[in-house]
Amino acid sequence: MQPDPASLPPEGQRPEPPAEASGIRKYLMSRGNSAIADAGFHWLMVLCAFSIFGIVALIATELVTHSTETWHKFGLRFFFQADHDPDTHLPLFWDPVNGHFSALPFIYGTIVSSILALIIAVPLSVGVAVFLTEMCPKALRGILAFLTELLAAIPSIIYGVWAVAVLVPIMREHVNPLLATYLGWTGLFVDDNPTGLGYTSAGVILAIMILPIISSLTREVMTAVPHSQREAVLALGATRWEMIRTGVLRNARIGIVGAIILGLGRALGETMAVTMVIGNTPEIHRSLLANGASMSAVIANEYAEAVTDLHRSALTEIGLALFIVTIIVNALARLLVWAVTRGTPPRVI
Amino acid sequence: MNTGQNSIRSQWRAFTDNAVTFLAILATAVVVLPLLAIFAYLLYKGAASVNLDFFTKVLKPPGEVGGGLANSIVGSAVLLAEASVIGVPIGIGGGIFLAEYGRGTKFANAVRFTADVLNGVPSIIMGVAAYALIVSPHISWLPFVGHFSGFAGGVALGIMMIPTITRTSEEMLLMVPNAVREAALGLGVPNWRSILSITVRTASPGIITGCMLAFARVAGETAPLIFTVLGNSFWSTSLNRPIDALPLRIYVLALSPYDDWHRMAWAGSLVLIVLIVLAVSLVRYVTSRGVMKGAS
Repeated sequence: MQPDPASLPPEGQRPEPPAEASGIRKYLMSRGNSAIADAGFHWLMVLCAFSIFGIVALIATELVTHSTETWHKFGLRFFFQADHDPDTHLPLFWDPVNGHFSALPFIYGTIVSSILALIIAVPLSVGVAVFLTEMCPKALRGILAFLTELLAAIPSIIYGVWAVAVLVPIMREHVNPLLATYLGWTGLFVDDNPTGLGYTSAGVILAIMILPIISSLTREVMTAVPHSQREAVLALGATRWEMIRTGVLRNARIGIVGAIILGLGRALGETMAVTMVIGNTPEIHRSLLANGASMSAVIANEYAEAVTDLHRSALTEIGLALFIVTIIVNALARLLVWAVTRGTPPRVI
Repeated sequence: MNTGQNSIRSQWRAFTDNAVTFLAILATAVVVLPLLAIFAYLLYKGAASVNLDFFTKVLKPPGEVGGGLANSIVGSAVLLAEASVIGVPIGIGGGIFLAEYGRGTKFANAVRFTADVLNGVPSIIMGVAAYALIVSPHISWLPFVGHFSGFAGGVALGIMMIPTITRTSEEMLLMVPNAVREAALGLGVPNWRSILSITVRTASPGIITGCMLAFARVAGETAPLIFTVLGNSFWSTSLNRPIDALPLRIYVLALSPYDDWHRMAWAGSLVLIVLIVLAVSLVRYVTSRGVMKGAS
């Protein structure tokens, strides 16, 4: 730290250091005042942090300004009603060329496929989390946790490609007939779709995609439950499952609900894999094996080739609705997870 | 009599305990299965088409032998470079603010929360926003604006990187012990200098890891690119024109009716997944070795 005296400016050009000042102090005083640099750096960092709000505001304003045309023409009706064919009285949900626009089939498809995904994914991911935190031998835990993390890192498009080539044929040949045979009485499974695409296939691929998110967050909230809780329940003579049920799951339930909602948020907005397997037919079917469409899929399919400005603005409005819904769902989920993990060090998913 | 009931009850408890253990193991197996299935299938279908041509030639029309996805790979690289230029400095800056200046303040909590929420916004929304912001306005004197361009896609990807990098950088900076900061400040080093050369430097392996994670995430993104970069079957590295990207090309090839193109899609998927798995494994290796241990 002691500078070479020859490199310092000559005496007289800098403030005279006190006689007893150390070499370091002399050196630092020669460096001048850094208040401006400090303040500048501080504000630069504040600006970077502020840009996150800026991004949200920017997305919101862009989506709102580009969807005004649809809003003025249809209003809230866009989300709840559809035009009907005057002759046959069948609904005309989405016919961009003839100017019929309604978000109804897309909202329906998004909700149905996401709920299917949750029904499949929630028990599995809680099972994985329970196994990894409470039962798994230590040596295996690292590997399995890594594998589930990898599952989260695989891009949506690869899930889609795999689903089209492997999952959809399996659904068509084996799963859909089974569902129709054993659950056909509910009226929800009518196997009249020769493609194998549809709500169910989309639900299955979505389930695979949201599993790692739900299970890693569930794991996090389960780890946040203090060990004394487990020990107390075990000391009362509980079996391991009783300990997990009363000591861990009950304490972590708010966080687990948060994890599930976060998974729901991911499922609602998932685009590529759903686009490739849901069938992209803007209709509403009671049968879960029928072709459908989802909000994100219709944007991905039609945005680049929108036929009119109204068409594009309708697609933007669907995007705006998706944006608002995912923001609300994610905020809710984060609040719930925070309620449980507050106090333990944060972790990025 | 009493003991008999107790033994039935304890047998039942033991049975449920075992049953739950079995179900948990089963669930884990079911979850790991698709991962292995995807890998095995990609290797089985794609490995044969990954050769030198794949990395050096442009896609041939269906029916012709040979060809590769060189333009898509280069296009992806250009887009990711642009995204990193936008996302990495702003993201790290946000992380520095959260960890060094804003600790415990309401503003910092709001930023952290918004970053987490922004992380969950679907990527297709980023694409729509980038389209509305860059592709749709017709301002003739501005470069990149008013038409499909690589620039618009890079912006969308860059914006997606910011929240992830902000949060990981913050976490890594929080792991740097306070003694290190105090030592620097005790020597009279200005605050900004102490942050950049001491704190960030100490946390740099972790921060780089976070950046790689964000990079790996956007490398596979397709949805924000469909109507921003549009795709391009020919050589183009210009940010001012439509450009190709590997995930986007995989999407087009996979939905085409040609077997040749399907094979290329498999090969492209294999290359993409190998790159991402390498990045994630590296991240895992670096973090599990405890980079931060040297600091504490």
